[in-house]
Amino acid sequence: MSDPLSALPGARYAGLATIEESGLQGMITLRGDLSSKTLQKAVKAATGADVPSQRQIAVATGGAAAWMSPDELLLLVPYDEVEQTTSTLAEALSGEHALAVNVSDARALFSLSGAGAREVLGKICPVDFDPAAFAPGDFRRTRMAQVAAAFWLDEAETFHIVCFRSVSQYVFNLLKTSAHPQSRVGVYG
Amino acid sequence: MSTRLATQGRLIDRSKPIEFTFNGTRMTGYAGDTLASALLANDQLLVGRSFKYHRPRGLVASGAEEPNALVGLGTGDRFEPNQRATTTELFSGLSAQSQNHWPSLEFDVGVVNNKLARFLPAGFYYKMFIHPKPFWKHVYEPIIRKSAGLGQAPDRELKDADTYEHFYYFCDVLVIGGGVAGLQAALVAAKSGAKVLVLEQNAHWGGRAPVDGGTIDGDYPEAWVEQTLAELSAMENVTLRNRCMGAGVYDHGYALGYERLTDHAPGQGGPRHRMWRIRAKQIVTATGAIERPLSFAGNDVPGVMLAAAMRDYVVNWGATPGKRVLVATNNDDAYRTALTLHAAGIEVVRVLDTRETGGGALMEEVRALGIRVECGRGIAKVKDGKCVTRVAICAQNGQGGAQEEVEADAVAMSGGWSPVVHLWSHCGGKLTWDDAQAHFRPDPARPPLGADGAGFVVAAGSANGPLGLGAVLSDAAEAGAKAAAAAGFKAEAKPAAGVAQDEAPMQPVWLMPARAEIDLRMKAWLDFQNDVKVSDVQLAAREGFESVEHTKRYTTLGMATDQGKLSNINGLAVLADSLGSEIPQVGTTTFRPPYHPISMGAIGGEARGEIFQPLRKTPMHDWHDANGADWEPVGHWRRPYAFVRAGESVKEAVSREILNTRQNVGLLDASTLGKLIVKGPDAGRFLDMMYTNMMSTLKVGKCRYGLMCSENGFLSDDGVVARIDEETWLCHTTTGGADRIHAHMEEWLQTEWWDWKVYVANVTEQLAQVAVVGPKARMLLEKLNAEAGGGMDVSKEALPFMEWKDGEIGGFKCRAYRISFSGELSYEIAVPASQGQAFWDALMAAGAEFGVMPYGTECLHVMRAEKGFIMIGDETDGTVIPQDLGLNWAISKKKEDFIGKRAQQRSHMVDPDRWQLVGLETLDGAVLPDGAYAVGSGVNANGQKNTIGRVTSTYHSPTLGKGIAMGLVKHGPKRMGEVIEFPGTDGTVYKAKIVDPVFYDKEGEKQNV
Repeated sequence: MSDPLSALPGARYAGLATIEESGLQGMITLRGDLSSKTLQKAVKAATGADVPSQRQIAVATGGAAAWMSPDELLLLVPYDEVEQTTSTLAEALSGEHALAVNVSDARALFSLSGAGAREVLGKICPVDFDPAAFAPGDFRRTRMAQVAAAFWLDEAETFHIVCFRSVSQYVFNLLKTSAHPQSRVGVYG
Repeated sequence: MSTRLATQGRLIDRSKPIEFTFNGTRMTGYAGDTLASALLANDQLLVGRSFKYHRPRGLVASGAEEPNALVGLGTGDRFEPNQRATTTELFSGLSAQSQNHWPSLEFDVGVVNNKLARFLPAGFYYKMFIHPKPFWKHVYEPIIRKSAGLGQAPDRELKDADTYEHFYYFCDVLVIGGGVAGLQAALVAAKSGAKVLVLEQNAHWGGRAPVDGGTIDGDYPEAWVEQTLAELSAMENVTLRNRCMGAGVYDHGYALGYERLTDHAPGQGGPRHRMWRIRAKQIVTATGAIERPLSFAGNDVPGVMLAAAMRDYVVNWGATPGKRVLVATNNDDAYRTALTLHAAGIEVVRVLDTRETGGGALMEEVRALGIRVECGRGIAKVKDGKCVTRVAICAQNGQGGAQEEVEADAVAMSGGWSPVVHLWSHCGGKLTWDDAQAHFRPDPARPPLGADGAGFVVAAGSANGPLGLGAVLSDAAEAGAKAAAAAGFKAEAKPAAGVAQDEAPMQPVWLMPARAEIDLRMKAWLDFQNDVKVSDVQLAAREGFESVEHTKRYTTLGMATDQGKLSNINGLAVLADSLGSEIPQVGTTTFRPPYHPISMGAIGGEARGEIFQPLRKTPMHDWHDANGADWEPVGHWRRPYAFVRAGESVKEAVSREILNTRQNVGLLDASTLGKLIVKGPDAGRFLDMMYTNMMSTLKVGKCRYGLMCSENGFLSDDGVVARIDEETWLCHTTTGGADRIHAHMEEWLQTEWWDWKVYVANVTEQLAQVAVVGPKARMLLEKLNAEAGGGMDVSKEALPFMEWKDGEIGGFKCRAYRISFSGELSYEIAVPASQGQAFWDALMAAGAEFGVMPYGTECLHVMRAEKGFIMIGDETDGTVIPQDLGLNWAISKKKEDFIGKRAQQRSHMVDPDRWQLVGLETLDGAVLPDGAYAVGSGVNANGQKNTIGRVTSTYHSPTLGKGIAMGLVKHGPKRMGEVIEFPGTDGTVYKAKIVDPVFYDKEGEKQNV
């Protein structure tokens, strides 16, 4: 194996907000019964996090679990452990109907930080970014202009944006355009 | 003549002169001017020519309702036609051109239509140009296109230099309109704690209250506006946006705001327009009211203006259309114009009040100034010309016999006020007719309804009917409270105290004079922009157009870019009168968004240039780009059609790639193929339903080619399915089919077989997949393994045809499939996407000694056609079933059911006359034209030759050195060896022999080695 490459290594732009490609991130699509004790235990073992409630992300040290749908989670784990974690997870869930797949390479991850971050996303996602409506720990699976995307907000007011790898350049350019320094909307302080 | 006044002009800054040009002439205005007020100040009363008769036209209004003053604005890549002078803020260097005239605004040849007006009545085009039929295309249309139309389209070679964007916003209460009503409603709603967004289309707040006078809370309206704005700005739950028009109201509280960011300051950078896409729990429409013109002969002569607009020009911008003004009215409000003009030192030569008893206190005030007021009078006619010179006065109740002529250089007219009900109506709000005010106003009992069945729009202020300042403010406060309450807040409707002079009742006047003769009615305009007159609507009524919607289309009343803001009510009143009906019975036409034209750029938003559309790229995309890829769009993907080398044509590259792959080894980037993981205890029986063939019996480690059909039996997608373990299958789809088939599977699982235990995951992008194809493919992989010191055994015995294996090749963790779409020895190898480029590089490097070359989609297409493999989208088009393609072997006879099975048993599907797949070979080796039809004997009901088949795929095969094709032919497989004819569009008839569709390696020996 040679060194794995993320979608847009080193991509960065600073405007109304700062956009940075975050490098490789271990991601697992987990489908199953989210109320199952076995699944909850397996998720905890894999990520250190509890199963999140609707539209939330549960963050722990070394991992996180994000709510994707009533029967789907996105698990975040260290990239170099993702294959092992996926197999362990699958094993732990072998007694019930569930599916765990490594999707790390199917995705690109960006961070969006700075005072303008909410507005930058507000131009391309049909989501309420009012601080009262979207707070740290919130996770949303939505549309970003013409492609699918998901994101969460961390305690440092930084958004983490997940999109498909094939459209990473489009998403980066989209964020760059939305963060044009002279395009401030001025509604979120 | 129109001119700038020495006094007045609350919106302009006389210390900041601004230079601009109109039709190339340099003019000067002031900061704060609109283009309209600046033109007026520069004695440019004439602003354009009318659409049909090319009559000279001047400013009628001062805002968004203006029908005449449309100009071409800007130059080059910033040129935009049909821009309203009244809503265009003046900026330094502005360049405007008037429209719809030739050769010049002052002298227009088209004005001859004016003399022919008698012969160009409503419906003229419909009646005249029907016969003879061919004349329409060759004679009438070209001439009409030349003489009609408004502004010119921008140069097709130029691209808009500006950028645009969207913005999503959510609030409890959206207030549309920043006049005193909007501000009052916003204040009440905001004090309840609701999140409030206020949109104002103009640069300035307060609407027309500062012009109309009166007091609010004992002070000038302007002072109250300023104080309220300051109060709202200080509240954290309030957002105020000026230069942002509420453009449309849609279902579920969705509304559009059209913000013009740099129109007033081009070149300042950043987006020009921003489209606000708003979700509001409640919407307050405080959109004000629009004054109606009076319909008298010559009401379109430049210098005839709405009375309130004239007041606006004087008070706001210190500009006047004339020095001797005649006022004609049916209500008290126009007296305010007389007072304003008088105060500005402009002579008011006469006030004509149609009411026999005249008006109230305002009239007395005007009389007290010594201005002559005549009651029961109206205008018989304004003398034609490029400006007002003489006005004939008559009894309103007569036929227009002039009693007197007076000299005047401008006329202020007022026919009463109509609430702006557009936004209320966009989403289904109903109207009620108000007899006293003679206007339609929102019916509060029938608002637009939300998902919960309750209203989500509240009209406020004069947009709701009330016209007096006091009533406007208390109505607005109530609207604000109502909206806040409906959004879940407790609000108190405490209005500011507005005081204005009491007004006497108005008198509805739809024609002036009431019994005007035909020659006057033919000069009495209803719709200024589309040149529709009173006589046109009356003619339409006589010809049987009883529905207002039909009359609108027949006469074009209200169909211009102003959407009939001035003309609608007057027009339908004339129609009602002609039909002997009441106005509410005739009703209005439909109000549709946007309220005022918005730019195409704003609609498109950020989607232009590099982000016009997402381009999907495989991990090897950049390598392809650097190595001569001639790109082909496949869905949103770009795939290399061929890798073109220096000095080579695309066609030559394709041939080279085919020959090399057949003789040596080729690499195809197959990463775009859909890869769906299907897992669960019921996955087997689910796939048996999805595919026509049996997938549940596939052994772990094996691959099987499968077909998917729609419920109607038609072939929808194909691909190779691999059994991964007891409960898991991996389904390959076509490149374009990945998302569609994923959705198809989910739909069946979620709606029909919701109790089946199956999960599907789309892992298309997780993997970079490379097809290593050709007789030297195995040697290449073995060399890679040798270099890495071992790896997966890729021998025929260890990895036979139609099997797969996990392992390492060349040190790369991978899954290798022995599947072939080319007929050659072929491996499709999937590695993690993050390793895709590295794996590709390793294959290219190790393959050099074997003559490895990358190949593109066209090479793939030709090779599969040589093998007689079908291609979804070529051999299928949504009307083809697998049986048409000789794929019966892939349709299970054992299965009780699969999607499409029942449909394939229907009579037309089992008809032996269905066209069926065959190979086609021209007699001379030429390439058949794609899509060509084969003709048989006889003709059909339309006298056309009967068709008996068509070409579905056709190529030059470099392998065989001749043209090869596949096609669907009636009774095809039974007619092997027959020659059929394909007439080409070039006049030649191609003769082709029906042959077996497998042209190359019929026994399949090459792929199974």
